[in-house]
Parts: sequence; structure tokens; C-alpha cells
Amino acid sequence: MNELPPFALYFIAALLVLVTRGTLRNIILLATPVIAAIHIWLNIESGTVSTTSILSLDLTFTRSDKLSLVFAYLFCLASLIATIFALQVKDTKQDVAGLVYAGSALGAVFAGDLITLFVFFELMAVSSVVFIWARGTERAIDAGMRYLVFQVLSGVLLLAGALVQYQATGSLAFDHIGLDSTAGWLILASFGIKSAFPFLHGWITDGYPEATATGTVFLSSFTTKVAVYALARGFAGEEILVYVGITMACFPIFYAVIENDLRKVLAYSLINQVGFMVTGIGIGTALALNGVVAHAVSHVIYKGLLFMTMGAVLYRVGHINGSNLGGLYKTMPKTTAFCIVGALSISAFPLFSGFISKSMVMSALVKEDYSYLWLFMLFASAGVFHHAGIKIPYFAFFAHDSGLRPKEVPANMLFAMGLGTALCIFIGTQPQYLYALLPWEVDYWPYDTTHVLAQLQLLFFSALAFVWLNKQGLYPPELRSTNLDVEWIYRKFLPAGLHRGLIFFRGAREATMTAAIAPMHSIRRSFLQSSIAKYHLSESWPTGSMVFWVSIILIAYLLLDFFVY
Amino acid sequence: MSQDTAKTHIFDNPRNVNIVLAILYAICFLLVIADFVIHRHTTMEWGKIPAFYALYGFIACVLLVVVAKLMRKIVMRKENYYDE
Repeated sequence: MNELPPFALYFIAALLVLVTRGTLRNIILLATPVIAAIHIWLNIESGTVSTTSILSLDLTFTRSDKLSLVFAYLFCLASLIATIFALQVKDTKQDVAGLVYAGSALGAVFAGDLITLFVFFELMAVSSVVFIWARGTERAIDAGMRYLVFQVLSGVLLLAGALVQYQATGSLAFDHIGLDSTAGWLILASFGIKSAFPFLHGWITDGYPEATATGTVFLSSFTTKVAVYALARGFAGEEILVYVGITMACFPIFYAVIENDLRKVLAYSLINQVGFMVTGIGIGTALALNGVVAHAVSHVIYKGLLFMTMGAVLYRVGHINGSNLGGLYKTMPKTTAFCIVGALSISAFPLFSGFISKSMVMSALVKEDYSYLWLFMLFASAGVFHHAGIKIPYFAFFAHDSGLRPKEVPANMLFAMGLGTALCIFIGTQPQYLYALLPWEVDYWPYDTTHVLAQLQLLFFSALAFVWLNKQGLYPPELRSTNLDVEWIYRKFLPAGLHRGLIFFRGAREATMTAAIAPMHSIRRSFLQSSIAKYHLSESWPTGSMVFWVSIILIAYLLLDFFVY
Repeated sequence: MSQDTAKTHIFDNPRNVNIVLAILYAICFLLVIADFVIHRHTTMEWGKIPAFYALYGFIACVLLVVVAKLMRKIVMRKENYYDE
């Protein structure tokens, strides 16, 4: 029992959920994260390594250190909150998928070798897509398929990288990988898809907004955070990640400002937040990596909270378009309050969770003399407040009165949001408990006058800019629209290109045929008009008789060969 | 539901909206004043500019919105663009 890898608890629970229903099923769903967390607490110490031999392959299902343990507890907590939020959904496939997905995420953070990691990557891919398909719309099914292609591709790249590494070094261990080898680049591409590097991010902004109201809460918690964990373990200190992360932090905020689907706005801001983490991994110092881990923890909770509040609106209203929402604070005051706390947390407002974690990455940037890049990150920070901190609560719950008067959501959903809210404030005001869990020694305290004043100035003047732009009528109105992003390449450009290509090649083939056949026709015509055409051999279409005479000659040779020699 | 629509809520009264805005303006004003009173210890050159973060936050957001609006001209399509 002590040796049992934590993911196994989730998988056993998934089997039990299949054969139970009603209250018993709910008890299993809620107990699993709690039991798993206790099991990890009691039996899996930092430094545990246990290897199992399957088909003469040594797989390390449990390799734990402080880095994997933080993520493991985080995933137990996230799956508990998401499960409570989804409790009123009576859907076996989503219940099972939730357990398999969270369990696989745990499996991935405890995986000690690349093959085990690959297996859990693929299990995560297959289980998570259920949350998109469960929506049932044609759009969701198409988006789910595209999502799955990216996820599976990420797994395949990881497997390829693992095999190349095995060929070169004879080891499949998942430790620091670096970028000195082909294997390193293949594995980076795999993690890059999962953590939504620029141009590889289409599956997030395409897939997440199509998922079910409760499903996005699951989706936002695990896949990208497993990727952040894997990057932190495999590629810490690779400078290229600093620049990748900064690009990720900056470009999505522009899209977020003009996007109408509020869950898509959150998907863009998810990329922006993961950008801060990727930058931290690229810096690679103890402070930066601690910041990455702390930010992943805060992020999973406040992002989950924001997706829950938008899920609550979707659950009651049936859509989540900023253009057709507004005034919901009147009948959903609790959800409004929860959303505002989530918004303050993601914006890194002092006393809320984002502040105590993001500031570590920012300080690490300054300490390593990336001061120009720090300006970009400051821009991204202001932008987060602008689109996630203000736009999300403002357009959903305030703005113009849409006339919608939805009720508050059921008690379990409110409870899950309340739990997320409490955690955001707890982490923000009592960061020492989170800091104590971090993998490296922390000598950092976020609350000093300079830092608080600077952050307050940045945020309040961003708010002032929002008010000013709105009053001037400069703020772009929410419009029902689609904004072209990287997915355009594979949803429009390539299919259209393929279609045009086919038409072009068909035309080319016909032209070639005409060009080649026309001279042959004219040769035949002139032959038939010529004087030889009247001889016996040329009377009919000549091929048949020619074959006949050739075979006669060949038989004659054969007979000669037999009898003469 | 119908009687609820008739009920007035806190921000239906423009006075309350103005109070919130007035508080925001006051806080912004105080934050800039605070910058001259409190000594910010900073290692960076631009950190020494008075009210640097306030200016940066305001300009960054205006720039963000202006550029995003321009982007709409290039990237915005009909809502069902991909379904056609």
C-alpha cells in the first residue's frame, strides 16, 4: 500500500465511479483528492524513488522531490475544487474523465523517466478532450478533435525525443535535459505545445472556450501546469525560454482586449500567465524557479476561480459573450464578488495571491539584469489587469444592463468558488505557508513599501486608463466576431491551399494530356492519309496485329532455339 | 423575475457610479503624492523617475487598447467565419 503510486488511487476511483451512482459516487469523487493528498503526505517523502519492471522496461512511477511534491498537492487541491464545482453535473463520462485526467497529471509529476511521462501525457490528452466533446455541439466536437491532434502530437514528440536520447546516452531518466542535443529540442517542442508557446498555442484558445461550463475548470488546472513542471525540471536556465516567455506574456493581451467570448479572454490570459512562468524557468535562478512554482500554485487557484465564475454565468445564461452580458451583479452578487477576488488575484493586487508569486519572477528579472525585458513584463502586468482584472468582471457583471436576471448557481458551485476565493486571499495575505513548500530556500518577502507602492500605482493608473478610455468612447466595444489567430493557418489557409492545390493540379493534368495527345492525333491522321496506310498491316488499328506478329517471331525464335542447337 | 427587473440596484443610480469614480481618482492622486513622500529604493534607472509606475501603467494601457483596436482591422472576421 505504501508503495502505491498516487495516480493509482485516482484510477481505482475512476473504475468505482463507473459502477456507482448518486450519493455513493459523489462521496468517491470528493474523497479521492483528499485520500490521495493524505497518501502523499504520509507515504511519499521527498527523495522516494520506486521503479517497476514492465516488459523488461524499468519504469519509475514514483520519483519525488520537493518540486514534484508541490505540484502533486496542487493537483489534489485543484481536482477537489473542480470536482465540487461539477458535482451537480450528472455525467458519468465527465466524472471518469476528471479522475483519469487529474490522476494522470499526478502520474506525470511523479514520473521519473521519459516513457512514463509519455504514457501520462497521452492519458491526459485522451481524458481531457472528453470535457470539450461533452458539450455536444458540432463546434465543440471539431474543436475537440483539433485539441486532441495537438495533444497527441506533443506526446509523440516526447516519445521521439526519448528514443533519440536513449540512442545517444542509454538513459531514459527524466532530469535536466537542456538543448545540447536533438533529443532536447524534440522534447522542448513537446513541452512547448503543452505549455502553449507562441504559434503552438492554438489548441488553448480554440479548445477551452468550447468545453462544458465545468470542464474548463478542470482543463485550465492541469495540462499547462504539468508542462510548466516538466519545463522547470528539464530546461531550467535555458535562456531562450526567457524570450519565449516574454512573447507569451505580451501578445495574448492584445487579443484579450478585443475578444468577445469571455472564456476565450481567460484562455488568452492563461497563456499570458504561463508566459511569466516560462520566463522564470528561463532565468533559472533559485528565486526565479521558486517564483515559477509559487505562481503556478496561485495561478491554478485564481484561474480556476475565474473559469468557475464564467462557468457559473454560462450555466445560468447559456452563453458567455461580453456583448450580450452585463448587469448580472444584480441577481448574482456572490458570483460577482468571487469574480472580483479572482480578478484582483490575477492582476497581482497586494493582499491577493498573484502579487506574492508574480513579484518573485519580476524581482528575479531585475536581479539578473534583464531590465529592458522587465519593462515588457511590466507592460504585460498592466495588460493583465486591464483585460482580466477589469474587463472580465466589468462586462459580465456591470457595464450596460443586459436585462438578464439569472439566479445564483447551486450551492455546491458557490461553495467551490468560495473555497477558491478564500485560498486566493489566504495565499495573498499569508504567503509564508506557500513559501515554506517551495523547492529552494526562500529569502524573499513581497510586502515592502517600495514594491507595494509601485504595484498600486501601476494598477490604479491602469484602471484610470480604462475609465478614461471608456469616457472618451475610445474603448473598443464588445463585438460578436471571430479574431484570426494562429489557428487560421490550419483551419483556413492550409485547407484552402489544399483545395486550390487540387484544382491547380487537376487543371495541369488536363492541360498536359491535351498537349501530349494532340500531336499524336495529328500524326495518326497524316499516317492514315499517307500511301502506306493501304497495306495489309496498316489496315486496322495497328497495335493488335503488331503484337500478333511479334509473338509469332518470338515463337519462331523459341522453336529455333529448341531444335536447331 | 419580473418584479426584480423593476427593483433599482446600487449602480442604477448614477450618483453611486460617480462616488466609485471619485474614490478611484482620489486614490490615484494620493498614490502620486505618496511617491514624493516615500523614498522608493530602486536599483533601476527608470525606477527613479517620479511616478514612473503610474505613468507607465496609464500609457501602457492606452497603447494596448489603441493597438488592439487597430488589430481589429486586420484580424476581425464574422462570428461564424470558420463555420462557412
